[in-house]
Amino acid sequence: MMADVLAVAEVRDGVVRSVSREVVSAARGIADSLRGAVDVAAAGGTGCGAAAAGLGRHGADRVLAVEVAAQVDVRATAVAELARAGSYGAVVFAATGPGRDLAPRVAARLASPLLTDVVALDVDGGQIVATRPVFAGKALARVRALGAPALLSIRPNVFGVADSPREARVEAVSPPAEAETGYRVGGFEASAGAALDVAEAAIVVSGGRGMKDPENWHILEDLRDALGDTAALGASRAVVDAGWRPHAEQVGQTGKTVTPKLYLAMAISGAIQHLAGMRTSGVIVAVNRDPDAPIFGVADYGIVGDVFAVAQALAAAVRELRNS
Amino acid sequence: MNITVCVKRVPDTATRIRIADDGRGIMQDGVKYVLSPYDEFAVEAALQLVEAAGEGQVTLLSYGPPATAETLRSGLALGAHRAVLLTGEPDMDGWATAQVLASELAGSDDALVLFGIKAVDDDQQQVGPMVAELLGRPCATAVAAMDVEGGVATCRRAVEGGQEVVEMDLPAVATVTKGRYEPRYASLRGIMMAKRKPLVEKPAPEVESGLVVEALTYPPERPDGRIVGEGVDAVAELVRLLREEAKVL
Ligand SMILES: Cc1cc2nc3c(=O)[nH]c(=O)nc-3n(C[C@H](O)[C@H](O)[C@H](O)COP(=O)(O)OP(=O)(O)OC[C@H]3O[C@@H](n4cnc5c(N)ncnc54)[C@H](O)[C@@H]3O)c2cc1C
Repeated sequence: MMADVLAVAEVRDGVVRSVSREVVSAARGIADSLRGAVDVAAAGGTGCGAAAAGLGRHGADRVLAVEVAAQVDVRATAVAELARAGSYGAVVFAATGPGRDLAPRVAARLASPLLTDVVALDVDGGQIVATRPVFAGKALARVRALGAPALLSIRPNVFGVADSPREARVEAVSPPAEAETGYRVGGFEASAGAALDVAEAAIVVSGGRGMKDPENWHILEDLRDALGDTAALGASRAVVDAGWRPHAEQVGQTGKTVTPKLYLAMAISGAIQHLAGMRTSGVIVAVNRDPDAPIFGVADYGIVGDVFAVAQALAAAVRELRNS
Repeated sequence: MNITVCVKRVPDTATRIRIADDGRGIMQDGVKYVLSPYDEFAVEAALQLVEAAGEGQVTLLSYGPPATAETLRSGLALGAHRAVLLTGEPDMDGWATAQVLASELAGSDDALVLFGIKAVDDDQQQVGPMVAELLGRPCATAVAAMDVEGGVATCRRAVEGGQEVVEMDLPAVATVTKGRYEPRYASLRGIMMAKRKPLVEKPAPEVESGLVVEALTYPPERPDGRIVGEGVDAVAELVRLLREEAKVL
């Protein structure tokens, strides 16, 4: 019986990324249904195993640490070898940028289907049944994985972090033989101020064409800063097409699908392609001067009015609240 | 330098999706189908790379129902040279799709195989790297810009917080996202020429799917929202609601 679950952790610069806690929590849920154990695959730089040991708090029984180059194809080989060595009913990734790069390579090595961006999970008759958005969230598909292990990546901020504390054993696994893969990572150029990806943020402050000018973004940046370090900026496509903001910030059907606990749509009209990317957010706030803007149709709370005045007043009010 | 671009026919993003009576697929009437928007970036990248090289052909490859021929013609109208359609019904199993595409690509010595980063229907972001694995070639995903010189493709990948530069030895595979490539529009001449360009149709090989879609449902309706008020006067009440009612602050 393939009862164990392999949770693939993301370790960056010696730190486990917070999304990995969700991955382990989701893996624990599956393992409890299958009556198996949770192993963590920590494939990363020196010390990745020790960094991942804390995942015991969320239900990891064992951490399998492979010290390898950060390069995605090398990590894929390492994770696929770990997956093959165990008897896993499921392998769980995070549907983050790195997770989306890694998971399909592992799936191909295991000759297995892969379900991306899962938002709900069931175990039925020993098989994984996952729910995932299709048509950018205009519908949800319930999909059964016929084989084992079932490979899936979970959408950040949906499953949440659960405590299921235990002492995770850390076992070092020797890395796969080095091979020339024809893939070399060169430099990295940071773009200004985009430390937290919009798809992973708990709070998203999104700006639309009604912001009028890229020069006005400092107003939204200030609101983001007021909301704390789990907040990130988003944008409508109109703004990205105009070259005001990078595509990495675009929310919607041809951008990112986000599920923050709070989404603020600032001067965004609410076109169908935009709604597709954010309608599953926890709480939606819309600020728009047009009371008939479609965005109000999905917003929990709306303010009709000028975005500039409202955004500044909101930043001030949030700061006051945080300081009190 | 020859390049194959793998493309998919998908419902237009402006389409309202209505679930079919069997609860497993979508209603087809009234749905307009188009080339997946990210595939347009990949086609544009291929055309620009071939133009920069001064020689070479762009082949479009798709796995889909017979009507995909129309979609391929629209890609030929942009300037691609030839198209191959593997007729069949792809489902959500990207691994099955990857095997179908790789069966055709195994016999090709094109320097590059490009994909859009994702198809906007199933939205799985996986077929490109899976095909690369099957072909045993390096693969860069989320490529915003690419240059080829001396048998090496230098790619700028859009990653969290910036751009990563990756070099790949050719032949290689890449998935393309928005960045350097602004899809061109088809010219009238392009549309006329597309009618005469070779488009080969053949049945896709049988590949077993490892997934079963049991049901499609609509996302839960959002509870009715409310207008808190007008202008800055409403801000204090909004903050109170976010804190006390929604508990998100
Ligand atoms: C293939 C395709 C894919 C697409 N994908 C996406 C996608 O991924 N994401 C996306 O967002 N869009 C997407 N779109 C575009 C989408 O259709 C809309 O054009 C876009 O979302 C509009 O952006 P916007 O709301 O910022 O601009 P607009 O529609 O112009 O809205 C601006 C809003 O600002 C308000 N406003 C103006 N001034 C003020 C002020 N001073 N104070 C308050 N409010 C003000 C206006 O009332 C208006 O509602 C796509 C379109 C296509 C065809």
